[in-house]
Amino acid sequence: MDQLIEIGITFFLVVSGIFGLAGSFGLVKLRETMQRLHGPTKATTLGVGGVLIASMLYFGLVKGTLSFHELLITLFLLLTAPITANFIAKTYMARHVKVDDLPGTDRRCGWSVYDDPPQQPPAE
Amino acid sequence: MLKRLAPHPLLSLTLVLVWFGLVNKFTLGNLILGGFLGLVIPMVTAAYWPNRPGVSRPFKVIEYALIVLWDICKANVEVALIILFKPNAKIRSHWINVPLELTSAEAITTLAGTITLTPGTVSATLAADGGNILVHCLHTDDPDGVRDDIKSRYERRLKEIFE
Repeated sequence: MDQLIEIGITFFLVVSGIFGLAGSFGLVKLRETMQRLHGPTKATTLGVGGVLIASMLYFGLVKGTLSFHELLITLFLLLTAPITANFIAKTYMARHVKVDDLPGTDRRCGWSVYDDPPQQPPAE
Repeated sequence: MLKRLAPHPLLSLTLVLVWFGLVNKFTLGNLILGGFLGLVIPMVTAAYWPNRPGVSRPFKVIEYALIVLWDICKANVEVALIILFKPNAKIRSHWINVPLELTSAEAITTLAGTITLTPGTVSATLAADGGNILVHCLHTDDPDGVRDDIKSRYERRLKEIFE
């Protein structure tokens, strides 16, 4: 039984290591900043998630104490990763992407990085 | 009376749970302290959220969270495979314009976060009036399919939850 638990914990640690490595390798391998954003926002989420699951299993099954602040770390990670990615994307677009390279919005207003919002907000 | 004591019951509950997560122990003292924080913080900050979002169907939220968690796992594998095994020359990235039917700021924020966390897409920016969202896709041969996927899988469910 003890061995099964250890195998389980090790499995999650190894999986998280592989995904963390893949996500970081993406930063080196891919060519554009927008492509590089994909590595850390996804592969790394599961990388950290795996470590947290392993930690909960370890404390729950081996140490015999319930540990749940890992859930909080996961929650904050899922809340903050997209926001960081969005900030980086917007900064990159403002500095390096021309509006002609993007698809249009097909409406009166353009993308918010390049265009001002309408004076009268649309009625809701 | 109850409304004045707990103007935002969901926020109070969240604060209690977050407090338990932070101290990492279930004890009576922590419950009392967490409950106190859960009551006081919403009262003190009430002035800052005049229009709070209504969540009309709580069970839909759970369904949505499970779907997104599953998609995050899939997204990780897909992106890792693309990064590790696809030669750079073969990766075809696209910008995708997704028109939005959602109007509330909370719903659009949730959608943007979901898009970033799920398969091969990162949300980049909104149209100036919030009617479209610009998505960057790492690799796809079918940009229209990705757009329809986002609309049918996530936006439709968010529309049910928030509107």
